[in-house]
Amino acid sequence: MTALLELHDVHARYGPVKALHGVSLEVADGAIVAVLGANGAGKTTTLRAISHTVDRDGEVRFAGTLLRGAPESVARLGVAHVPEGRGTFAELTVWENLRLGAYTRRGNLKDDFARVGTYFPWLEERKYQQAGTLSGGEQQMLALARAFMQRPRLLLLDEPSLGLAPLLVTEVFRIIKELNENEGVTVLVVEQNAHIALQLAQTAYVLEVGRVALSGPSADLQQHESVRRSYLGY
Amino acid sequence: MVELARRLPIPQRRLPASPVLLVLLAACIFLAVGSSMSTLFAQLTVQGVASGIVYGSLALALVLIYRATEVINFAQGEMAMACVYFAYQLMQWGLSYWAAFFATLAIAFVFGVVVQQVVIRPVQHRSVIAVVIVTVGLFILIDGLVEWKWSASQRFMQAPFGNSVYHLGSVPIARQQVGTIVIVLVCVLALWAFFRFTKVGLGMRAGALRPAAARLVGVRTNALLAVGWGLAAVLGAVAGLMTEPSQYVLSPTLMQPVLLYAFAAAVLGGLESPGGAVVGGVALGVFLNLIGQYWGFVGSVLQLPVAFAALLVVLLIKPTGLFGHRSVRKV
Repeated sequence: MTALLELHDVHARYGPVKALHGVSLEVADGAIVAVLGANGAGKTTTLRAISHTVDRDGEVRFAGTLLRGAPESVARLGVAHVPEGRGTFAELTVWENLRLGAYTRRGNLKDDFARVGTYFPWLEERKYQQAGTLSGGEQQMLALARAFMQRPRLLLLDEPSLGLAPLLVTEVFRIIKELNENEGVTVLVVEQNAHIALQLAQTAYVLEVGRVALSGPSADLQQHESVRRSYLGY
Repeated sequence: MVELARRLPIPQRRLPASPVLLVLLAACIFLAVGSSMSTLFAQLTVQGVASGIVYGSLALALVLIYRATEVINFAQGEMAMACVYFAYQLMQWGLSYWAAFFATLAIAFVFGVVVQQVVIRPVQHRSVIAVVIVTVGLFILIDGLVEWKWSASQRFMQAPFGNSVYHLGSVPIARQQVGTIVIVLVCVLALWAFFRFTKVGLGMRAGALRPAAARLVGVRTNALLAVGWGLAAVLGAVAGLMTEPSQYVLSPTLMQPVLLYAFAAAVLGGLESPGGAVVGGVALGVFLNLIGQYWGFVGSVLQLPVAFAALLVVLLIKPTGLFGHRSVRKV
């Protein structure tokens, strides 16, 4: 498999504070890759470095081309970034949020909306509801649906489990897996919930203070002594 | 998930607070009853609506920019005034009024885009106060340039609607007032439809609400900001062109009182509410026109102070304006 996304020696900073000290990682085309780590390890910053919403140095390659442009150009190349807090436009309706997901695309959205409906059947009856009035779980689903409308090649997800009840977390991760398998979307997911992330992903990276501390197939990491102790808790 | 969705009640879209609607309804009934009893009252009301809707359209321009850039554009009135001079110049060159009118709207759009890109954008990310000061500077700059090009003396422009008068029952209504109301309403509705139904309009709303998230879905927020300034300038130009015939002459100070009323109208409406700006403008126009006539003490001299006193009272009762709501921003 060829790498769809490659990060090579990426540094990032927020003003004077450095958040990434040379991160390198690869995401194979069609794979699900997880990034694990404690608070402040640089997980969110890694995603932001990819979508260029943070100042960064180093090489970020997507499908062979260097990503240099503004966030909107990265989005137009087929990278859907669901940021921290889900990026929901709370004041707009569900339908408007979905239309915004498809903002970079031309043509009729009817088919796409029908297709989104197969994953999230409840969206149809909530079309004209204000997105801010949805529950946390529904907003996370809406964020996935919005990203799906973009028809991305690469989906960047920032803590999709955050603030959700365990049952909903399972549901959200099941849908991510389906999107990956049925639609061929490559997924890079940042998670604190290492347990569920390692179940979903084939490969994982563990970040510690802005560096890759450990990486490998999920099955290996699950067995790894320090990962088990630090992130899985047994 | 579907089960969960069914159990939740589906909330309505948020409506403005109903006491405000009741007060507005009462005001409308008062105006209707008054108009049916007195011809003068009816005439003054229509006059007030015509001048108020012009304040409203300039107020709407201010609100558009406030929502997108989070500053008040102090130069909005002077930009509008410059546009009226453009129209004047086009007519001097032999264009008919309506050809000049539409050409001016196109020029105004470009003018707004250029102002945003050249003057506002470089300071945009510094601080709000920097942008405000730049708009004040722009006010003085435009004023100076217009006086330099066309001199400060008064000019006369062709009237768009002529001097004819319609009669609605016994109430005489000037064609010019009807024309003003219709033109501004058409512009406001067109703008509303643009924001509501088009993709670019949706992108602009998203960019104003959450710029960072909008960029992540591919909205070119910088370009759309410029489009927003262009549209605001077009609205301003409409306000300017509709102000001119009521003043009968064109001078560089044309829009200065209108800008003050527009500020008042925008704040009255809630500053973030486009509908509020228009309603605020009309309310202000009607209120001023009636009070100037029926409360002899006010006359035409004290209109502006009275307008701001009324504004103060409204804000004391409802600090967020008629249709504003307290914005809760998560950091």
